[in-house]
Amino acid sequence: METDVLLRIKDLHIGFRINESFYNAVDGVSLTLRKNEILAIVGESGCGKSTLATSIIGLFDRSNTRIQGEILFKNKNLATLTEDQLNDIRGLDISMIFQDPLSALNPLMRIGEQIEEGLIYHTKFSSHDRKRKVLELLKQVGIQNPNRVSRQFPHQLSGGMRQRVMIAIAISCKPKIIIADEPTTALDVTIQAQILDLLVEMQQETGAGIILITHDLGIVAEVANRVAVMYAGEIIEEAPVKELFLYPKHPYTRSLLHSIPQMNSYTNRLNAIEGMVPSLKYLPRLGCRFSSRIPWIRKEAHEKRPALHEISPGHFVRCTCWKEFHFNKVKGDGTYELYAN
Amino acid sequence: MWKTIVRRFLLMIPQLFVLSILIFILAKFMPGDPFTGLITPETDPSRIEELTEKAGLNDPWHIQYVRWIARAVQGDFGMSYTFKRDVASLIGERALNTFWLSFLSVILLYAIAIPLGILAGRYHNSRLDKTVIFYSFFTYAIPTFVLSLVFLYIFGYKLEWFPTSGSVDIKYEPGTLGYIWSKGYHIILPAITYAILGTTGVIQYLRSEIIDTKAMDFVRTARSKGIPTRKVYSKHIIRNSLLPIAAFLGFTITGLLGGSIFIETIFGYPGMGQLFVSSISSRDYSVITALVMLYGFLTLLGSLLSDIIMSIVDPRIRIE
Ligand SMILES: Nc1ncnc2c1ncn2[C@@H]1O[C@H](COP(=O)(O)OP(=O)(O)O)[C@@H](O)[C@H]1O
Ligand SMILES: [Mg+2]
Repeated sequence: METDVLLRIKDLHIGFRINESFYNAVDGVSLTLRKNEILAIVGESGCGKSTLATSIIGLFDRSNTRIQGEILFKNKNLATLTEDQLNDIRGLDISMIFQDPLSALNPLMRIGEQIEEGLIYHTKFSSHDRKRKVLELLKQVGIQNPNRVSRQFPHQLSGGMRQRVMIAIAISCKPKIIIADEPTTALDVTIQAQILDLLVEMQQETGAGIILITHDLGIVAEVANRVAVMYAGEIIEEAPVKELFLYPKHPYTRSLLHSIPQMNSYTNRLNAIEGMVPSLKYLPRLGCRFSSRIPWIRKEAHEKRPALHEISPGHFVRCTCWKEFHFNKVKGDGTYELYAN
Repeated sequence: MWKTIVRRFLLMIPQLFVLSILIFILAKFMPGDPFTGLITPETDPSRIEELTEKAGLNDPWHIQYVRWIARAVQGDFGMSYTFKRDVASLIGERALNTFWLSFLSVILLYAIAIPLGILAGRYHNSRLDKTVIFYSFFTYAIPTFVLSLVFLYIFGYKLEWFPTSGSVDIKYEPGTLGYIWSKGYHIILPAITYAILGTTGVIQYLRSEIIDTKAMDFVRTARSKGIPTRKVYSKHIIRNSLLPIAAFLGFTITGLLGGSIFIETIFGYPGMGQLFVSSISSRDYSVITALVMLYGFLTLLGSLLSDIIMSIVDPRIRIE
């Protein structure tokens, strides 16, 4: 492994049991996270982003989940570890921040206690040192009166405060990797920017790598270094952030960036991308998974077994259908321009 | 909080007042009269009239009510016509019997049901879980009297491990060690029976709470911290799953005095449930009215207690 690689996911499949059969919600995902990097994963809801994120540290219900492939971290394949083995990594090396900070905190436990919990098992701090560390962490995430807040319960805090607490929990043991699953989605717009700034600040302080899951491309443009676009359990495009915003290729990426329908010059029909991600059981698993949502593209334009192609350094696109897909790009002055293929 | 508790207590007064009027009127409509036990077919009708007049039963009902309630608030519920004794002390004695029986059975019930519910929920769908489900449906399906009779037959008559009726052996003087031992000995079998029959509800409730709580976001957060699984259970899953049981605890506590009609009747145990049944069948309505008033009061108290308990165990709930 290259020295700056923190995490390498290889051909990962995660299936959930539905009536005695397994259906893959993540279907052959490969990803690499490097030091000091913010890797964004975007896609509509139901694409498998959360499944991917939580499976990295094995936070699924083991009896109903099947996991295949490799999640390599520090020369270990996390996909094969037991719950106890994973507990030595969770919180210490890899920690997580979740979408809804209200439901993500135990309603019966004081904030201080919830932050302290991880420290008990991952550090050798005395009880007194832990308490001091908790207050330090609260201050670090921008909470004004740490003493009081540490004695409060989750319901006594605002959404933004709770998410700050979640961040404090996540960074408490200085993890190498932070996985943030839609950390701002449940928050007020005004708070979103603050939380995002905080996350970036913490990343710069600790040098952690971040996997940032979101469906908000504004956030991606602002903070990410690299972006992977997921659709129906697969990565369909991956590129450095600038490259992706300037030269999006896959029809799905383009539609996410600019959902502006275009007149098809041959048929004079409005070719809008419609529909949504099919449910797990009815996910198309043969050919290009996006083809059903762009029915006006010739069948032959799709690959039989769509693979990721590197079309420029570090820029990967799945399938070949993008070559026939033209979409207007909205310019700053409101005029349209075709995306160059 | 104390202010609210006092206010809730004061609020109980009008509620009990309405209840007392209802009970009083209903008692008036009950067939039979309080002299049923005192008179025989040979009694002279004028003698009955004299008794009725003396008891004030010819006065308008509201006068009678005022007289009754004025005594009741002083703890004087009159005389029991069948037991020929003061109702308050009769109920007091029965309530004490019932309390010890219920207390032991509630302890046994929780000692059986809480671990089983937690294990079944934790190892959901396992062999253990299926066994527990089978056990709880089995005890749920058995009628109270069947299990009581089976236990009474096996452990009482056949094996003679336990006494088959009463609350104490008459050979002991009250207050002696033997007396206390004998009392305890008499409640074991009914308490076990009562406990087993009550486990189903608690087991099923707790099991499904555990299964639901396991899937909650804050449990995922707890797991993401890397704390040992047993801590995830003890500090997060179990604590939250016990809340609904705590919510019911107030009623469980006041219910300790309620007694079980079936169990007490079958085991010949002189408690509240048995007293209630016998007072109805003998139309001993000074006892009935006192009991119904007491049950009404206990229900109100139970709901207040439950609220107080919830405000202690759940920080989201404040009594305002
Ligand atoms: N525990 C589960 N059991 C069964 N299906 C699941 C489970 N978790 C997620 N899914 C399904 O897997 C798909 C991907 O879900 P998810 O990873 O939550 O997507 P996203 O985070 O991108 O919105 C969805 O179709 C969802 O319904
Ligand atoms: Mg999600």
